[in-house]
Amino acid sequence: MKPPILEKKNHLFDNPRNVRWLRRALYVLCVVVVLIDLVYHRHLTFEEGIFSAEGWFGFYAIYGFITVILVVVVALGMRKLLKREEDYYD
Amino acid sequence: MIEPLHPALILLLGSLLLPLLPNGYRKVLLLALPVASFVNLLGIEAGMQWTISIAGFDVEVLRTDKLSLLFGYLFHLAAFLSALFAFGLQDRVQQTSGLMYAGAAVLAVFAGDLIVLFVGWELLALTSVFQIWARRNERARGAGMRYLMIHISSGLLLLVGTAFHYEQTGSLGFGPMALDDPAAYLILLAFGIKCAFPLLHNWLIDAYPEATPTGAVFLSAFTTKVAIYALARSFAGVEALIWVGAIMTVFPIFYAMIENDLRRVLGYSMINQLGFMVVGVGLGEGMGVNGAVAHAFTDVIFKGLLFMSMGAVLFRTGHINGSDLGGLYKSMPITTGLCIVGAASISAFPLFSGFVSKTMVMAAAVDQGHLWVWLILLFASAGVLHHAGIKIPFFAFFAHDSGIRCKEAPSHMLVAMGLAAALCVLIGSFPQFLYSLLPYPVTYEPYTTTHILTQLQLLLFSVLGFTLLQVFKLYPPELRAINLDSDFLYRRLFPGVVQTMVRIGTPVRDQVSIATKRWLNHLIIIIKRLHTPDGILSRTWLTNSSVQIILLLLSIYLLYYLLQRLP
Repeated sequence: MKPPILEKKNHLFDNPRNVRWLRRALYVLCVVVVLIDLVYHRHLTFEEGIFSAEGWFGFYAIYGFITVILVVVVALGMRKLLKREEDYYD
Repeated sequence: MIEPLHPALILLLGSLLLPLLPNGYRKVLLLALPVASFVNLLGIEAGMQWTISIAGFDVEVLRTDKLSLLFGYLFHLAAFLSALFAFGLQDRVQQTSGLMYAGAAVLAVFAGDLIVLFVGWELLALTSVFQIWARRNERARGAGMRYLMIHISSGLLLLVGTAFHYEQTGSLGFGPMALDDPAAYLILLAFGIKCAFPLLHNWLIDAYPEATPTGAVFLSAFTTKVAIYALARSFAGVEALIWVGAIMTVFPIFYAMIENDLRRVLGYSMINQLGFMVVGVGLGEGMGVNGAVAHAFTDVIFKGLLFMSMGAVLFRTGHINGSDLGGLYKSMPITTGLCIVGAASISAFPLFSGFVSKTMVMAAAVDQGHLWVWLILLFASAGVLHHAGIKIPFFAFFAHDSGIRCKEAPSHMLVAMGLAAALCVLIGSFPQFLYSLLPYPVTYEPYTTTHILTQLQLLLFSVLGFTLLQVFKLYPPELRAINLDSDFLYRRLFPGVVQTMVRIGTPVRDQVSIATKRWLNHLIIIIKRLHTPDGILSRTWLTNSSVQIILLLLSIYLLYYLLQRLP
């Protein structure tokens, strides 16, 4: 299906400045939430002594970041192994 | 006061009326029946038990407690939202089967014994498959057939399990079961198939994305949640379920990452969410089961919302692959916004519904000291943000501009999505209402400073990871391809093995049959030689020679007799 008519109208993210602005907002937010760790003493989820790592500075931030990278790396490996043509079963 | 009817009756009987009516009335009735049925359900209280006698056999058609009532309300809500989303449909098959499907789910959750559960179980399979077949193409026909076979098998396992269970315990009660005999294992397996346990999960990935745009919304609400209910009813606190659930939260993340069909991505994310619920059920009574059913409640709404937004995209553009879409925020800004609300809810951002339910399961794991399970669930929370929270809206509505320009979704679809989105925010912001419906008293408080902070750190840095991979062009592109999953076993491997056996076996069979024929021919020739008019055995023998033979035989006998008598 071909697109009917491409409009001339400029949309929000057609302007790279807006995309950059959004990205910077995210960077700032990330820095802010991780810096709060320095001033606010988080309660530990587990009782004292079971899992001390969660009290470390930025534990959750690092965990989230690494998860995404890990998922991408493993999934790329899986794609090598499992990828088939779209009509494989037809 | 009027006596309330059985909660499934209005939906089941009402759906039979639908095909008889002209289009306009049918649409209205499709919306009105869930509402009428809900009003009727409000007259039903916890602690009721209705038994009817069929051919001298007592069948408990209704048993209510907080658990079954919660699912009853949930299914009515889902039926209404799905019907509203499908308001534009003129297809009698989808309308009728959709409503009957909701009725079957209600019948199953109010079942007091295993027989009624079995009837609801099979009715779920039979009515839901039409949401797939209604796509009316070859792929949907095949996928629907595979779906039906798997679900009918699940029902048969349940029936056999029920029969064994009755023989051993003399009871048909649908209640807590100990995993100590084959009957309980069969029933658990039946539940596990519908609940998409690992390796039994593929029917979901295979079938849901082949359903119609509106059909997938119906499908996402009922079948798997009935299974979660059944697990919570019968197998709460079975420790193995904790690990089964943990696996379910993890492996779909990788598949969802490389999947191109965005509704299939939602299918994988559904298994991931079901995993949280199964973990909750495994953690057992109290906070575990509370978390599981609370998450089932919020999941039906936000997953329905996500399936609706992708359904609207498919409906308007005819495409659903990430590689074909992009830039749709320009044409469908409202759908985009509502989809993002669904994405934020499934990712469990504070103030959205996932935040108050998913984390309850994690808190239950913490309470019982399951460190590894907690770490896995934390990983899964970041992973689901990645594929359901970012990937779905990003590749459909943003990413590169596909050049597709279409109309915004029809207004009834927008209203349905708007209502679902509003519920996501309401439940997320004011969880007390949902908590009051849960089967056990709730002591859990989701909104603590630590919890909000840690959740934001986890989620925002996952978004950061995605963003940086995009910026440095390391993020894998969407490819026009499929990925092998466990359906490979029954769609390729088993048929392949059979074909190979046929291929190898045919020449062997041919050789054997040629050899046998040759051997038989020889035998026939020999027999002919012996029996033809001049054959040895057909000759006329002289009396003489007969007497000689008899004499010989008698002598041998005499000899034998004498030898016996020797000392």
